[in-house]
Amino acid sequence: MLTTTNNSTTTSRTLTSKQLPKATPWVVAVASIIVAIIISFIAFGGFNIPVVAVLAGLINVVAVFAISASYEGRRKATDRVATTVVTSSFILACVPLISLLWMTISKGGAAISFDLLSRTMLGMKGVLDQQYVAGEATIAGGFYHAIVGTVLITAMACIISIPIGVLTAIYLVEYAEKNRLGKAITFLVDVMTGIPSIVAGLFAFALFSTIAGFIMPDAAGIAKTGFTAAVALSVLMIPIVVRNTEEILRLVPMDLREASYALGVPKWKTIVKIVLPTSVSGILSGITIAIARVIGETAPIMVTAGFAKALNWNLFSGWMSTLPTFIYDSQLRPVSPGDAALASSERAWAAALVLVALVMLLNLLARVIAKVLAPKAGR
Amino acid sequence: MPTSTQTTVSGPAGAPEPDSHPKSGTGQRPKAVVRPGDRIFSAATLIAGILILLILAGVALFLLAQSKDTIEAQVNDPSSITGGNGFFSYVWPLVIGTLISSAIALLVATPFALGIALFTTHMAPRKLAPTLGYVIDLLAAIPSVVYGLWGIALAGSLTDFYLWLSKWFGWIPIFAPDANGDVSNTGRTLLTASLVLSIMILPIITSLTREIFLQTPRLQEEAALALGATRWEMIRMSVLPFGKSGIASATMLGLGRALGETMAVAMILSPGLLTASLVVSGNQTIASEIAQNFPEAAGLRLSELITVGLVLFVITLLVNMGARAIVAKTSVKGS
Repeated sequence: MLTTTNNSTTTSRTLTSKQLPKATPWVVAVASIIVAIIISFIAFGGFNIPVVAVLAGLINVVAVFAISASYEGRRKATDRVATTVVTSSFILACVPLISLLWMTISKGGAAISFDLLSRTMLGMKGVLDQQYVAGEATIAGGFYHAIVGTVLITAMACIISIPIGVLTAIYLVEYAEKNRLGKAITFLVDVMTGIPSIVAGLFAFALFSTIAGFIMPDAAGIAKTGFTAAVALSVLMIPIVVRNTEEILRLVPMDLREASYALGVPKWKTIVKIVLPTSVSGILSGITIAIARVIGETAPIMVTAGFAKALNWNLFSGWMSTLPTFIYDSQLRPVSPGDAALASSERAWAAALVLVALVMLLNLLARVIAKVLAPKAGR
Repeated sequence: MPTSTQTTVSGPAGAPEPDSHPKSGTGQRPKAVVRPGDRIFSAATLIAGILILLILAGVALFLLAQSKDTIEAQVNDPSSITGGNGFFSYVWPLVIGTLISSAIALLVATPFALGIALFTTHMAPRKLAPTLGYVIDLLAAIPSVVYGLWGIALAGSLTDFYLWLSKWFGWIPIFAPDANGDVSNTGRTLLTASLVLSIMILPIITSLTREIFLQTPRLQEEAALALGATRWEMIRMSVLPFGKSGIASATMLGLGRALGETMAVAMILSPGLLTASLVVSGNQTIASEIAQNFPEAAGLRLSELITVGLVLFVITLLVNMGARAIVAKTSVKGS
């Protein structure tokens, strides 16, 4: 008995190739990090994170290849190296994301307060910031006006672009049937997706300053309003809404439409009562994604709505501020130069925290909508 | 086809359709009933579609209308344009700066994007893969101004690296130190801006290539594995050749995004004259030139900046159309 089992294992060994134990890549990775740290101490006289990371990566790849090639063969070794390289590229790409989120949370979280959320920059003076940096007063100013501006401008952009976007998508899916106009619109929506955001801003500004130029010459300045900014955002938002809605509408089964037609329901009623309710979750979540995309836009706002310091509820006259432009303005043009610029920077980070939280919330909302409102699959 | 079904519909409008219904089989097709509701609805959707055509035409037209002053100045008195040597010598360094920063961003981002796409489609544990894809999508959701803020905060820590680069690789023009043998002491150089740009375009390229990789015919992959290929050999023999054109168009779209990205460059770069070296301050891109000068601009300067914007619009349009052409050429074969 014993001899036969021994025999069978030796014969089976010729069929399966030799393989390293499963834990090998991890052991090698940890070992190469340790070696890299040691080298860093010897050669550079200290612990230097970038140097260690680069060294560890190189040592790891070489070691994995050497060990695997000597035991498993060249082909398997190449496979292992490829896996290591691909995996580490993924990990490396996560570093900036984590660093950015961490910095936003730590810097913004340290600076944010209810006062900042509820005050504007009206009557802000450099002296107030100098006092704050010197530790004589609490931080002054705030970005309530920017929050209001963000909400108003984004809401206006939604009012403009959601009907246009959704109706266009309906036209493309239900009416165009691959005619020439449909193809042209599809192509131009693709082109619109690629418009640089600052060009969209310039377009809105050019549009309204041309109109303003007709009404009263030499008054191009009045073209900078919240509404102009909303038009600029719409140019960016419409293609996203069209693409997302179109994709969802195409998913609605043809059977549903045909069943409705067979019952004698007119086409428009079929679309309104059958097609749209079936796809409402997808459409809403697509719109939410589009809002999340444009709410963080800076460049189109700064060329169309300027930088307001005070609260402005009127979309049709005067400059407005949004969170992104507030961040830009605070960071690059601080209220007080020198050391006291720190106060402006702190306000910028606090606003960045609010903005990032808002965007993340919208993205989360899009996922929840897609899940909750999805048509029930059961009968 | 929904329209053909509709011809035999007997509507609630009370049309004398029930009589014509049995006749429809004998070759006489009854006319489709078009209700007012249908007409209004289809007209509304058509208008929305045409509005999109108008918007795009409007972008080009109004930018041109506002560039009129610059074109006149270029014809009549080139020295009145910023820089004093006419529009083209003003815009040329900006175009070069834009192209350089986008090219670097693309060079850095593409290999990483491919790596991430491969990792999430073929290497990560099945259960984790969608979550990892979502994490990368988060990168795309973060507003560009926050990237700019982050870049400013980190730029300073890159100066040591740039010093090291200029010390050992200074003989390569792009890493050359300035006349004093020094590099930018704030780190706010074109290379920093390009690196931040590369992080910003990473998610776009990743998500597009990911989709392509997921479309690889399963049978091809399994056939390769069944013939004894290792996972990497399978990827090299079936996944990558299949996704070649998809990768090309994804990078083109990433390039389009990088060309138009404003804020990261406008915030991080301290602008200056065009220089070959990327580790000293200097250079400028189109988008950031507009962003930094537009708020204070008036008159001819305003018109100049809008014209520069028009140039950017044309460049990105060409790049995006190229990308779409690649997609259109191959998507028929892919499906």
